[in-house]
Amino acid sequence: MLLSPYATLGDRLRIGVLIGWCALVLAFLVLPIFVPVPLSVNSEAFFTFPLAGFSWRWYEEVLGSDQWREAIWHSIVIAIGATVLATGLGTLAAIGLTNPRLPARRVIMGILISPLIVPVVITAVGAYLFYARFGLASTFSGIILAHTAVASPFVVVTVGASLANFDRALMNAASICGARPWTAFRRVMLPAILPGVLSGAAFAFVTSFDELVISLFLASADQRTLPMQMFTGLREHLSPAITAAATLMMSLSIVLLIVADRLAHRGRRD
Amino acid sequence: MPVQASETDALVRFVGVQKSYDGHTLAVRDLNLDVNRGEFLTLLGPSGSGKTTTLNMLAGFERPTRGEILLAGRPVDRLPPYQRDIGMVFQNYALFPHMSVAENVAFPLSVRRVARAEAEQRVKRALATVRLEAFGDRRPGQLSGGQQQRVALARALVFEPALVLMDEPLGALDKKLREHMQIEIKLLHEQLGLTVVYVTHDQSEALTMSDRVAVFHDGEVVQLGPPDTLYSRPRTPFVAGFIGENNLLPGRCETVEGAGATIRLQDGTMLHATPVGAVAPGARVVVAIRPEAIRLAETGDNVCRALVRSVIYLGDHQRLICDVANGATLTVKVPPGPGATAGETQALAWSAVDCLAFAADASTDATLNEEWNA
Repeated sequence: MLLSPYATLGDRLRIGVLIGWCALVLAFLVLPIFVPVPLSVNSEAFFTFPLAGFSWRWYEEVLGSDQWREAIWHSIVIAIGATVLATGLGTLAAIGLTNPRLPARRVIMGILISPLIVPVVITAVGAYLFYARFGLASTFSGIILAHTAVASPFVVVTVGASLANFDRALMNAASICGARPWTAFRRVMLPAILPGVLSGAAFAFVTSFDELVISLFLASADQRTLPMQMFTGLREHLSPAITAAATLMMSLSIVLLIVADRLAHRGRRD
Repeated sequence: MPVQASETDALVRFVGVQKSYDGHTLAVRDLNLDVNRGEFLTLLGPSGSGKTTTLNMLAGFERPTRGEILLAGRPVDRLPPYQRDIGMVFQNYALFPHMSVAENVAFPLSVRRVARAEAEQRVKRALATVRLEAFGDRRPGQLSGGQQQRVALARALVFEPALVLMDEPLGALDKKLREHMQIEIKLLHEQLGLTVVYVTHDQSEALTMSDRVAVFHDGEVVQLGPPDTLYSRPRTPFVAGFIGENNLLPGRCETVEGAGATIRLQDGTMLHATPVGAVAPGARVVVAIRPEAIRLAETGDNVCRALVRSVIYLGDHQRLICDVANGATLTVKVPPGPGATAGETQALAWSAVDCLAFAADASTDATLNEEWNA
């Protein structure tokens, strides 16, 4: 498509350079993400190419050991909790922030988005010191709350974007038709912004599921999450099991984002 | 309260209603207005005159800063829109895009928990009323503007509200369709015995459809009355200029005798006019003459000579743009046929009854300026 059937030598050269450049970018920025995938099915305990042979043994180790299984379970529980909270709060915040009558909208938006901008170490230290006072350090609730803080901005942004195309007169119309605020939200606004809510929720889940720094500060051994398990695995005994765990995590994230995208598109067609 | 309600036939009463959005400027100043049962009342005015704010307060989307609104004798200040049982048609239809036409129309019934079978019957009837029986399964996006507006009407009528509000419902339609819909809405109003409060900035729409018109200007009702009264007996120069067409000329009152007054225009021309309200000798006035009240004749209460600048042919009548000696322009509406040609001097005559003189004030000057800038 890039080249016309009558391309000159110059055109071919330019396209060639462009393709080469894109290949370099992909190679150095995206390819490293997929390096653990082949290693996870390596039959030998070496992090080297070429692979010695094919084997599921590292997956068996991850899914078979109590330590790994517990970490996966913790991560799922925390991610679901954070997703529910972040989606609820983020959606409410986005609705409020798109109300033209709300004063200081930009300032409030900035504050809500700040966990994305502030270095995560600072968020983690702050959360640890603050939550310790309320007995929330080393508890699932504490980790879920802190993850909610870093996951909500995604929901605020995606829901805010879908609200930008939502005609607020529809809410007045629903109200004068006799719908109470909750009914009007559920039957008129929610269907319109559902794509944004779903993709926000998917981002929130993935954010919490992959989160390491906050968990390191707030979680004790009883709440060890999957990223923490991988991190200690890397430090203590370098086992290819972490490549299997990484592949599993990556697959889950990709599947989630695809599902959210599909749902969003179906919502738009309706 | 019940005593009050039975005393009057008013379905809606605005009592001393004020509205300010920012605490300084008043969008609505001091509104006292009754809407009678079965009446088609139009709130007419330019944008920013307070008519839409008034409608939004009646719907419950806005709360009055001061004063009270009574619906069927009951104050509704604390009543949210969803408890007011008012039907409403919005300017841009405000149909729910993800629902079918039938689902849109059924919405007010389903939130009222009307049984499914009955709801289906009523939706069918409402769609039949607006002649869209065959379109129930379509999405609003698949309909034309006029059809969407009819769906909006059906949705507003399906739960049989006593009161229906319409906020410039025909503004987005083209001229032919708009005129057609005006007649349809008017017929529905008569058939169903509805009380309608209609907002528009289009004076011809207001004249066509209404039983009474409230003319809004700067947050106040400047005149309230049936269309013919507003047209023939405007009380202020603003109403004279806003409803129909009028030639407005500034001048000064010389004498007042009974129902007549003599007015001196800026160039010294003397006119016999009918004063409206209090006009004292020596006061600055604005004189209003309808284009159709001016004849091509040598005799009458007022006669002046004018140069016909151009003749515009409009089928059922023709319009002459005439320059009068004092630099003012008069528009004259005469029957078609030979009578005047551009470039010649004509004698124009009109009677004192058709020549209204209003006391001038600052807002009159603004009206005149608008007139001249237009």
